[in-house]
Amino acid sequence: MSYFQKNVECMPRGELTALQGERLSALVKYVYERVSFYRAKMDAIKLKPSDVKSIADIVKLPFTDKNDLRDNYPFGMFAMPKKDVARIHASSGTTGKMTVVGYSANDLDIWATVMARSLTCAGVTRESTVHVAYGYGMFTGGLGAHCGAEKIGAAIVPASSGNTARQITFLKDFEATTLCCTPSYAAYIAESLAEAGYTAKDLKLQSGVFGAEPWSEAMRAKIEKGLGIKAYDVYGLSEIMGPGVSIECDAREGLHVWEDHFYPEILDAGLERVEDGKSGELVFTTLTKEALPLIRYRTRDLCTLDSSPCKCGRTHARMGKILGRTDDMLIVRGINVFPSQIETVLMQTGYVSTNYQIVVGREKSTDTMEVRVELNSDMFGDEVKKLESLRDDLEKRVYSALGLKVRVRLVEQNTIPRSEGKAARVIDSRKL
Amino acid sequence: MVNQIAVFMENRKGRILELTKALKEAGLDLITLSIADTKDFGILRCIARDNDLAEKTLKSAGFTVTVNALIGVEVEDRPGGLSDALSLLEDGDINVEYLYSFAHAATKRAVIMFKVSDEAKAVEVLKRHNIRILDNADL
Repeated sequence: MSYFQKNVECMPRGELTALQGERLSALVKYVYERVSFYRAKMDAIKLKPSDVKSIADIVKLPFTDKNDLRDNYPFGMFAMPKKDVARIHASSGTTGKMTVVGYSANDLDIWATVMARSLTCAGVTRESTVHVAYGYGMFTGGLGAHCGAEKIGAAIVPASSGNTARQITFLKDFEATTLCCTPSYAAYIAESLAEAGYTAKDLKLQSGVFGAEPWSEAMRAKIEKGLGIKAYDVYGLSEIMGPGVSIECDAREGLHVWEDHFYPEILDAGLERVEDGKSGELVFTTLTKEALPLIRYRTRDLCTLDSSPCKCGRTHARMGKILGRTDDMLIVRGINVFPSQIETVLMQTGYVSTNYQIVVGREKSTDTMEVRVELNSDMFGDEVKKLESLRDDLEKRVYSALGLKVRVRLVEQNTIPRSEGKAARVIDSRKL
Repeated sequence: MVNQIAVFMENRKGRILELTKALKEAGLDLITLSIADTKDFGILRCIARDNDLAEKTLKSAGFTVTVNALIGVEVEDRPGGLSDALSLLEDGDINVEYLYSFAHAATKRAVIMFKVSDEAKAVEVLKRHNIRILDNADL
């Protein structure tokens, strides 16, 4: 087992809790002095910075969310003047304004460090070649993975996203050992590799670090087989840092949250904390960030948390795979539907490619749901009745998984748009 | 046996034109072309003069393609020609999934292409009655 910072990653929990308390207490003073937003919120509930002494006091603090960042666009939530900011990233919201985040030089160093810890979990060493096919630019994926690999001292292929044929040439010729990208793009690279007549044996890849969107175990199996690698789930969000907030270790029993920098909580619908193992909304507090510290930031991601010791020796709590998002959860005819559930059903069949799209509409005041799936060349027989029974089988499987009648539509391969950032799986055309 | 190319097609405007254009650009000549359609999708079935090249061409143009073997037989182009061939299969308890045919006016012969439930048995029955099974070169 190798670690990037063993003393921190395996720190006894008692020490970790004490460290978190010190850092939280300093953070609250820092934001109270520097950010009028927090000062107003704390004053409103008559909370003084000195009231927060230990990590247990975190529950006294108010929440923040994406709307706060948007309302204070672009720099209203920053705790530093612009001159001290070293980098800015932004994510385009689906609606309204962008979410803008900033980093001090120190923040960037911490980000590189947590990403270096994460990549080390996936077997990256200074001898490795890391191919980064996350988009570079305002999206945090590319530069986040890049700086982590750089911190380790690995060779980096900064391929960014797009031009899959070229990506495959780089992977082959530059002998990359680790691939970083979104899971949907990894699956697409695997498909394209096979289409180009290559196999995993033509590559030197050993591991993949995939994140920025939820993915299923079935999808993991498919990517691992297609690329001949061990695939690790990495998690992050730009508001908190970017990729490297948490990662799976070799045990792959959850993603270690780097708790010395990011304090996680799981909350129920009433915003009360739930015990370990129960699922709820994931909320983070950035314990060390200088430029844009966030207190109890609501991620909208649903998962569980487990603080018990891990086989790998790391003491940092593990979050479960993201079960869905509170805001991309669809309610169709009163039933909660997460796109990931559909994905699991489709992948279990083996009939269809990893690309699918969910289209929700409304006819005569009843919700309709159509799942479009791409038909694989190998699964396509030449008879109409075979395709019809394939479609019926998929509809039946989705029904038994969701308890919801859906229409499955088979579409031609490569017709559902591949997103090289986060895949757009859902089109909701209901006028709600 | 005759190799046939089957292409999965969504019901999208202009899709057949795109397919024929791809074949045209590769200089491919079609011998047969038919389409089975449902509400949502269609299956286009064709045989080209150079079937292997046609398969490659369509695949690289992004079509969802599969190749399958059909039983092709030649019968006289006269009333009852098809019926006689079908009754042999009927006697052998063989189900026809689909078929199509085309006639050569000059030779007074017709070609019938079958997709059947039990291919091996169908071949055996037809051979037993001295009916020659065609391959792509015979078309």
